[in-house]
Amino acid sequence: MIELKEAAYGYGGGPLLSDMTLRLAPGSFHFLTGPSGAGKTTFLKLCYADLRATGGSVTIFGQESAEMSRDEIARTRQRMGVVHQDCEFLDHLSLKENIALPLTVTGRGGQAQEANLSDLMGWVGLSARAGALPPELSGGERQRAALARAVITDPDVILADEPTGNIDWEMSLRLLQLLVELNRMGKTVLVATHDLALIRAAKAQVSARVLRIAGGRLQLAGAEL
Amino acid sequence: MSGLGNILDAMKGDAQADRVVPRRGHSVRLTLFTSAAMAFLAVFALALSMASGRLADRWSEALARSSTIRISAPAAQMEEQVWAVLEVLQQTPGVASARALNEEEQRALLEPWFGPDLPLEDLPVPRLVEVIETADGYDPDGLRLRLAAEAPGAVLDDHTRWRRPLVQAAERLRALGWLSLALILGSVAAMITLAAQSALAANVRVIRVLRLVGARDHYIARAFVRRFTLRALSGAAVGTGLGMVAIALLPSAQQEGGFLTGLGFSGAHWLVPLAVPPLAAITAFWATRTAAFKTLRSLP
Repeated sequence: MIELKEAAYGYGGGPLLSDMTLRLAPGSFHFLTGPSGAGKTTFLKLCYADLRATGGSVTIFGQESAEMSRDEIARTRQRMGVVHQDCEFLDHLSLKENIALPLTVTGRGGQAQEANLSDLMGWVGLSARAGALPPELSGGERQRAALARAVITDPDVILADEPTGNIDWEMSLRLLQLLVELNRMGKTVLVATHDLALIRAAKAQVSARVLRIAGGRLQLAGAEL
Repeated sequence: MSGLGNILDAMKGDAQADRVVPRRGHSVRLTLFTSAAMAFLAVFALALSMASGRLADRWSEALARSSTIRISAPAAQMEEQVWAVLEVLQQTPGVASARALNEEEQRALLEPWFGPDLPLEDLPVPRLVEVIETADGYDPDGLRLRLAAEAPGAVLDDHTRWRRPLVQAAERLRALGWLSLALILGSVAAMITLAAQSALAANVRVIRVLRLVGARDHYIARAFVRRFTLRALSGAAVGTGLGMVAIALLPSAQQEGGFLTGLGFSGAHWLVPLAVPPLAAITAFWATRTAAFKTLRSLP
C-alpha cells in the first residue's frame, strides 16, 4: 500500500530524515514513536504525499509520489484517512458537515450517505453534537470527529498524527479502541505518537509493529516497550 | 470542453459545495460594488458609442447626397449664370435634382449671423444652387470642368471637406466608446482578480483542509469561481439597470440640443446593454479561474 525505499527528506541544511525503508502491508498496524521534533509528522506527510521525498522513493498505492500530479494526489487522499493532532476543521460548517466533507468534495454526499453518517457519528459517540460548530467542541470530541472524518470514505489506510496529544487518558484509550476496531475491519493503521503508555495499552489488544525515529533514521523500537 | 461549457459547468448549483468556502470578507462587497459601478459606466460607454455611430451615419448620409454650387458674378450676369448652371446640371448624369435658392431661403441662411432685417439686395451675396444626387452620384471633376466653361463664376462645393472631418470625428468618438467598454471590462477583470486573490489568501486554511480530505484543485477553484461569477453577474445587473434608467431620463433628441440630447439608445439598441451583465460574468469567470488556479499552484 505504502512503501518507502531509502526515502530521505530535508530542507535547508542537512537531511531531517534519511534512509527510511518501510512497507505498510494491507491490514497491518504500526506505531511510529520518537521524541518531539524527531520527524514523525514529516514521515507521515511523506506517506500521504503532502511532502515529496528529497531522496529515495515513496510509493503510494503503486504510484511514485514524486511523479504524482495534484489530481493524482487528491485521488490518493480519497483512499486514505488522515487524523492530525490539531484536527483542522472548517469552522463555519457543523460537525456533521465537517465529518461528511470527504464525501462532499468527491460528489458522494447526499441522502444515500445519511445513514452511514449517522452510524459513524454514533460509533464515535458524537450523535448529540451533530449540529455543533467545531470551536464549540472539546479536545476529545475534536479528535473523535477527526477520526470519523478520516474513515467516512471507507479508506484503505488510516494515518494518525498524535491523535491523543490533547486529550485525557480515558479519552485516549477510547480513541485507541476505535483505531483497533478499524484495524480489525481490515484497515491499515499507522499512528505516530510519543505516548509510550498508549502503545503498551495497544499491544495488549492488537499485534502492532512499533517503529522509532531517532537521529533521522527509522528503527524497530527496543526494550523500552 | 468549450469555454461556454466550462462556464455552465461551473455554474451548476451544488448547495453543499457552495458551503465549503465561508461567505465572508470585504471581497463580497468589493466585487458587487465594482461590477455595479463598471456596468453603469459600460452602459454610458455603449450609449456614447451608439449615439456617435448614429451621428456619423446621419452626417455621412445627409451630406453625401447633396452639394452646393456657389455663383459669384456681377449683378448683371447673375441670372444668366444661374440659368447656365441649372442647364449644365440638367444634363449631368448622377444629378437627381437641382434648384436655385430663392431670396427668402438665402436670407434665412444668413439670418443667424446678420439678423432678420438683412438687405440682401444691397449686398454682393453669391447665389446658391442646391444639388441633390442620385444614388450613383455624379463625377465632381467633370462637373467642375463644365461649370468653368459655361459659368465661370460658379464654384462646386460637394461637402467633402466638411463631411470627412465630421464623419471622422464621429467615428473616432464611436471607437473611443468601444475602447472605453474594453477598458471597463479590463478593470472589472483586474478588480475581480485582486478580490479573488484576496479571498483565496484569506482561505488558505480552508484550502488545506479541503486538500487533506481529497478535494481536487478543480473543485476548490470552482467553489470560488462560481461565487465570484454570480456576484459579478448580480452586481452588473444592478449597475446596468441603473445605467439604463439614467439614460432613459436624459432629455430626448432635439435639433437645438445637437449631439448632447441625442445621447442614448434608440429602438432595438435598448437591448444591447442587456449584454453587459453576462459579459461581466464571463469576465469574472475567467479572471477568478485564472487567479484561483495560479494561487492553488503556488500553495504547497
